[in-house]
Amino acid sequence: MAGARHFAATTHKEDIVEDQLLTTVDWARAQFALTAMYHWIFVPLTLGLSFLIAFFESIYVKTGNEEWKKLTKFWMTLFGINFAIGVATGIILEFQFGTNWSNYSWMVGDIFGAPLAIEGIFAFFIEATFFAVMFFGWHRVSKGFHLFSTWMVAIGSNLSAVWILVANGWMQFPIGMNFNPDTARFEMQNFWEVALSPVAVHKFTHTTSSAFLLAALFVVGISALFLLQERHQKMAKRSMVVAAVFGFIASIFVAFTGDEAAFSVAQRQPMKLAAMEGLYVGQEKAPIIAMGIINSSKKPGDDLPAFYQEVKIPGLLSLLANRDPNSFVPGINDLVFGNAERNIIGAEQRMVTGKIALAELARYKYAKDTGDDGESAAALAIFDQHKGDLGYGYLNNPAEAAPPVATTFYSFHIMVVLGTLFPVIFLLVLYFAYKGTLEYQRWLNLACFFSIFLGYVAQQAGWVVAEVGRQPWAIQGLLPVGMASTNIAASNVQTTFFMFLTLFTALLIAEIRIIMKQIKIGPEA
Amino acid sequence: MTALPKKLYFFYRDGFRSMVVGKTLWKIIAIKLFIMFAVLKLFFFPNHLARNFNTEQERAGHVLENITRPASAR
Repeated sequence: MAGARHFAATTHKEDIVEDQLLTTVDWARAQFALTAMYHWIFVPLTLGLSFLIAFFESIYVKTGNEEWKKLTKFWMTLFGINFAIGVATGIILEFQFGTNWSNYSWMVGDIFGAPLAIEGIFAFFIEATFFAVMFFGWHRVSKGFHLFSTWMVAIGSNLSAVWILVANGWMQFPIGMNFNPDTARFEMQNFWEVALSPVAVHKFTHTTSSAFLLAALFVVGISALFLLQERHQKMAKRSMVVAAVFGFIASIFVAFTGDEAAFSVAQRQPMKLAAMEGLYVGQEKAPIIAMGIINSSKKPGDDLPAFYQEVKIPGLLSLLANRDPNSFVPGINDLVFGNAERNIIGAEQRMVTGKIALAELARYKYAKDTGDDGESAAALAIFDQHKGDLGYGYLNNPAEAAPPVATTFYSFHIMVVLGTLFPVIFLLVLYFAYKGTLEYQRWLNLACFFSIFLGYVAQQAGWVVAEVGRQPWAIQGLLPVGMASTNIAASNVQTTFFMFLTLFTALLIAEIRIIMKQIKIGPEA
Repeated sequence: MTALPKKLYFFYRDGFRSMVVGKTLWKIIAIKLFIMFAVLKLFFFPNHLARNFNTEQERAGHVLENITRPASAR
């Protein structure tokens, strides 16, 4: 039991250096969040606008009307600007894996290697061929082949998003793998289980449909600006109608996929769902909080109220989580401390199992290093029985299994409220377009323009729910974020954090300036 | 040059030459890629395991050592 003793003997030191370690991990997390959030400013517009351009060009090819061509080329220019500024911003995330998250990077290499390689190859071929035809081929290839290329860019861009979302889905719901204690790696056992994981499927459908919605808001908003400025009104109204129809359909799809994603979260990450709704004590007929001011002092297990003020819709959370308005939805307290009556094993009990798994893994390693085959086989047998809760073994307190509730709750509610507002805006645009008075609705055009910003807020809020809501885990239940990181000096990560902040802010400013210049020039360019 | 490669060459050449906004964008892409790969990756983002260990076995051993110890002992 030497390895286990070693593990136990060193735990008392944790508090002494915890703050120091948290600093490094926190900076690494902040850097990753910053990079991912900036990256996600560029990506959804690429995913959605590519389809809108394909629609515009399809109308041009069908009607032969040159004004639709001019309109297509205008939006294609804005698409090109966004693509050029955003391209390769995601690679920085991969830099960070090797430097800041080396344990994690090593452990998931076998799972992520294939999907990310497929993504890279796929994106390269799409971009090098069809992208070039789309931009350079207007007078050099037939109308039909040009349109085909535009559709291929739209489909290809969206398909290349599959693999990174598969990787993210696996982190939220790790399946199709086995942990190899000799290589310290999660090794893929079943590719299709990983690729077609329900979490990955829901992530892809919800993420891409929300990207369509954002692009529709972008086109509607920029077109509304033209109407406000009384410029290019015919083009603006045409763009708005197509984008509003696309945006409205996308909104319905976002709601549907969002509901499916929430159902999936309820089954596989119940703690995240409880945090999304600020539900501390599990209950039957659990309500959705339509509006609420959360009590940020509240901790799992205490008697403080969860909300200062709230407006509830009874039974709706139960319906969302289990498709039954009378069903029981576990709260944070149930998931932290357990609930024997409901047969829920809490983090407190899982910590015991996890610490056994960790101690046996340490014993296995020690036995292997010393060549004791009997001891290593015995340790491995016990480890295999307990490895499902491996990650809980790293927690010092069961309450650490709960994510930051206020951030998750507010982000979720901001996303839902905005997601409800957008289809109303699209319907109003279509109504006034039908009445032929769209250009006179100054208030609506202003609302459309500001909705571009709100669309980005909703996008970012969605990712905050997904990523903050799964804390403390890098890999759900198996590896907490703190153990995923590299033991390097906090100052290194701090330095690069500010470098990225500067680089990405410069890119964002460049994007906005170039796009605004193009809008000023308009479709005549 | 045979017909197809020649056509492709002129397709890309003429395409790049006729760019307006694209020229600015390519400059931005070039600067960005230079900063990312020639500065950030080279000087600030070494692969921790690749740099410090020679074999896969050593890397596996190091990670296993890390994850079987509590954070304070790493």
